[in-house]
Amino acid sequence: MNIKLKSLTKSIWVFHAACSPCNNCDIEILDLLTPRHDLERLGMVLVGSVRHADALLVTGVPNYKTRERLKMLYAQAPKPCLVLAIGSCACGRIMFKDSYNSPCPVDEVVPVDVYIPGCPPKPEAIIAGVAKLIAKIEKAA
Amino acid sequence: MILFNYLIFPGFLFSAIVGLLSGWVDRKVTARLQWRVGPPWYQNFVDILKLSGKEIILPERSKITFLFSPFLGLLSLVLAATMLGKAVIFPFQGSLGDLIVVIYLLTIPAIALILGASSSGNPLASIGVSREMKLLLAYELPFILSIIAVIVKNAGALQLGQILGYQMNFGSNIASISGVLAFLAALLCVQAKLGFVPFDAPEAEQEIMGGVLIEYSGLPLAVFKLSKAILLYVAALLLIVLFMGKDLSPLFISLKFIAILVLIILIKNTNPRLRIDQIMRFFWGPVTALAFIAVVLAMLGL
Repeated sequence: MNIKLKSLTKSIWVFHAACSPCNNCDIEILDLLTPRHDLERLGMVLVGSVRHADALLVTGVPNYKTRERLKMLYAQAPKPCLVLAIGSCACGRIMFKDSYNSPCPVDEVVPVDVYIPGCPPKPEAIIAGVAKLIAKIEKAA
Repeated sequence: MILFNYLIFPGFLFSAIVGLLSGWVDRKVTARLQWRVGPPWYQNFVDILKLSGKEIILPERSKITFLFSPFLGLLSLVLAATMLGKAVIFPFQGSLGDLIVVIYLLTIPAIALILGASSSGNPLASIGVSREMKLLLAYELPFILSIIAVIVKNAGALQLGQILGYQMNFGSNIASISGVLAFLAALLCVQAKLGFVPFDAPEAEQEIMGGVLIEYSGLPLAVFKLSKAILLYVAALLLIVLFMGKDLSPLFISLKFIAILVLIILIKNTNPRLRIDQIMRFFWGPVTALAFIAVVLAMLGL
C-alpha cells in the first residue's frame, strides 16, 4: 500500500477535465507543460484517455450537461484518482453561483483533493498546489 | 539454465531494465531538445510500479482476451530478447533458422495490441486497431526485404550466430553499399515497429486519445508500456546483430546501442506525425524500393 502511494506521488498522470471553463485556466495548465515550467521533471504527463489518469484537472463551473460528464469521467477513472479544482470557478463558482445554468460547485459532484484559487491561477500557484497534494498523499501513506 | 536465461540475464529482467533506461534516455533527450529539464532516471520504473498498483477496469465482454493479450506480447518479446542475447554471448550455439523465429516473434506484440484493443469494443480503439493493422502491413514488407539483403550478403545464413560469424570474418554489413541501404530501410521500419513519432498514428494521443491503449488501465497498461520498452531494446539489438556485428565486446556493443538509440530519438523529434495513408505510401514506395535495391546490390556482391 505504502509503496503504491509513494510511486503515485512520483508519477501523476493528469487528465484535463474542462467543465465549461472560459479557457484561461486551460491556457495556464498548458503553460505548465511548456519549457518554462516543465511538469515532466516531476513525472507529470498529460494523458489523452481517462483510463490512464491519476488526477483530474477540473476547470470551470459545471453546468447541467458537464455535471453528468464530470460524474461519468470520475467513475471511469481507475482508483486511486485525485481531483484538483483549478481556478476560482472550480473552487467556488464565484460570480456564477446564482446563474440559472449552474446547479452545483465541483466538490458536490466529485471529491476534490486540492483547491487552487485564482482567476486564472498562475502556473507557480498550480505547482504549489500539486506540491501540497503530494505532501498530503505522503502523510496518508 | 534455460529458465535463468529467459527470466534473468539476457531475458526478462535484463531487457526490462535496459529497455526502461533507454526509454528514459528517449524522454530526457526529447526534453533537452525542447529546452526542458526532463524526468529523473527512475521515472519509467516508477511509472510501471504505479500502474501495477492501480485499479484494473475490464470491459464487460471479452475479459479474458483483454487481459491475456498484453502478456502474450510481453512473453514473445522476452523470448526474442533471450534468443538475441544468447546469440550475442554464444554466437555458435543457436539453432538453425532462429532469425526467422525472431522476425515472427517481433510481429506478435503488434498482433497482441490489435487483439486486446479490438476486444475492448471502444470505437476510438477500433480506429487505432485498423491503423495498427495497416502499419503492420506497411512496414513488414521492407523490413523483411532488408533482412533478406543481409541474408543474401552473408552467403545465405539464416542463423543469428552465422550472420555474426560472417561479419566477424568479413567486416560489418553496414560497411558496404547494400548494407547501408538495408540499414536505412530497417531503421525506418524499426521506428514504425516501435510506434514512434512519424509513425505513431495508431496511438495518436491528441487525435484518438491513445487509440489502441485507450481502454487499458492498471497492470495491463503497465505490461504494454513494459513490452514497448523491451521492444526498444530488442529492436536496437537486432539492428546491431544484423548490421554492425563485427566487434561485440561489451564496450562496443553499448556504444553501438547508444548510437542507434540516438538515431531513433532524432528521427522521432524532428518529424511530425504522418497520416496512415501517407505512412503506407512511404513504406510501400521509397522504403521498399530502398530495401529492394539493397537486395539486388547484395546479390551483385556489393
